[in-house]
Amino acid sequence: MNTLIYTAGLGMVCLAMEILDLRKLLVPVILLGLAVIFGVNLMSWADSGPVIFAGLDMSSMLLVDHFSVAFNGVLIVAAAFLFAMSHDFYKDEQHHLSDYLTIIVFILCGAMVLTSYSNLVMMFLGIEIVSISLYILAGSRRHDLRSNEAGMKYFLMGSFASAVLLFGITLLYGASGSFKLTEIASYAATYGMDSPMFLVGSLLVVCAFLFKVAAVPFHFWSPDVYEGSPSLVTTLMATLVKVSFFAAFYRLMSSGFAGIDPHTSTILVIVAAATMIVGNLVALKQINFKRLLAYSGIAHAGYMLLAILSLKTNSASALLFYGATYILATIGAFAVALPVFSSTGKETIDAFDGLGRKKPFIAGMLTLSMLSLAGIPPLAGFLGKYYIFSEAIHNGYVAITLLAVITSIIGVYYYFKVILAMYTKAGEDTEIQFPMLYSIVGIICVALSILLGLWPGGLMGLL
Amino acid sequence: MEHTTQLVPLNWYLLLSTFLFCLGVMGVLIRRNAIIILMCIELMLNSVNMLLVAFSSYSGNSDGQVFVFFIMVVAAAEVAVGLALLVSIYRNLGSTDIDLLNKLKW
Repeated sequence: MNTLIYTAGLGMVCLAMEILDLRKLLVPVILLGLAVIFGVNLMSWADSGPVIFAGLDMSSMLLVDHFSVAFNGVLIVAAAFLFAMSHDFYKDEQHHLSDYLTIIVFILCGAMVLTSYSNLVMMFLGIEIVSISLYILAGSRRHDLRSNEAGMKYFLMGSFASAVLLFGITLLYGASGSFKLTEIASYAATYGMDSPMFLVGSLLVVCAFLFKVAAVPFHFWSPDVYEGSPSLVTTLMATLVKVSFFAAFYRLMSSGFAGIDPHTSTILVIVAAATMIVGNLVALKQINFKRLLAYSGIAHAGYMLLAILSLKTNSASALLFYGATYILATIGAFAVALPVFSSTGKETIDAFDGLGRKKPFIAGMLTLSMLSLAGIPPLAGFLGKYYIFSEAIHNGYVAITLLAVITSIIGVYYYFKVILAMYTKAGEDTEIQFPMLYSIVGIICVALSILLGLWPGGLMGLL
Repeated sequence: MEHTTQLVPLNWYLLLSTFLFCLGVMGVLIRRNAIIILMCIELMLNSVNMLLVAFSSYSGNSDGQVFVFFIMVVAAAEVAVGLALLVSIYRNLGSTDIDLLNKLKW
């Protein structure tokens, strides 16, 4: 709870700094603030329990438990990487800098609500805080038609999904008489299967979540929006936002619906299978790097759905571990891609041609990130997949896990396409500007990926 | 004392709002003008509001009516952002037809 309040306060500070004309200090202040918030978050690990705010018990709205503290920690670190990269990314747009950064701080607030809600009202508010802010950021290049298109498409489909979510929440409320997750869970345990209103409601809410995490068949927005948005916003959507939606989805399934009922599990198995197949196969044909990572994100969403299907004690930590490794690898890849895009002016894979010769060190960072995404040992991405797959097999989902293994082998091909472009093709002679902060972010991400791959216990033992 | 909302059986509220919601869904899927699509999304949200008020009145639990205010606030924020996006598209394209948004495809 304190974590959330301080983050909202940080957003206010950013707005105040715009008024006081202190834009130059904005990024350092935000990074410092996030370090403080990370510490506050760590302290709430010990005293998690009922949330008291201004003398009122808020536990029916927000619940601070180990799950939320651990996910908040991961999200804060991801946000810190994004802010570090924003310093150079928004160099030419200094007069809008505080707008963009403030919106990202508030997205972090929404993501924190999503990891710790215990009431459907808070869940709805969290989703909307994140989504509405993202509509603005996706369309934030006002004179670029592609950015406009991305913003509008995301807005129309996103608000459609929000309406579906609301209808689902309303039916759940009508059936169970409450928005609280605990009361909904006890209703689901007693009458859940016999009440058509409850079943339809839960189905609609699940569909809205599948839309938000870009699972097939609700994935159509994601490649277009990822491609059209400014690259930093793409990074934000692919990492922080996606993982926070998965945390929210997991929380809903585990504490709201009291485990998974047979109907939902059948639907989720089919959706997860389709997501893995479509995500990996369509990614094979992509030539645009952002689109490639959009389809790779769809495929990873399919793997993370396996953790939601499993829903046993270890699957929360498997989801946390997978989310963390996915965030590290994706941010590591974008930390290399962002400066390459702005130097070459291209966003296709051939923008990386010859990078291996021109900048061997930076090409090495991208290679390791791609290998982690593909799930090659000893990088963390491999262990992330391993934990999720073994959880799924323990819970009896053998066939779908087999499919997941096969599709992730197919996936190796398109990650290697990027690596091959760097090392085997001769590129143009454009000089690639590589600012300091990007390489720091890239190095930290890759180093953490390797560390987590060698010593997974640090994250796996948390939940 | 019986509320006036309760003169009508609950099922009718359910049917009416489901009908309005589906009307909104159809509008979003069929119409091509972004402003009309926005109005259809509003229709979907307001059908949900009506259903929430009906449920809350029948169950004697005021949570649902409070939630309606949250939905209204969020819908207003959403429309503000949507119209801003629409204005910037109109400045670039001179039209609000979403079929003209075809720069991004595989």
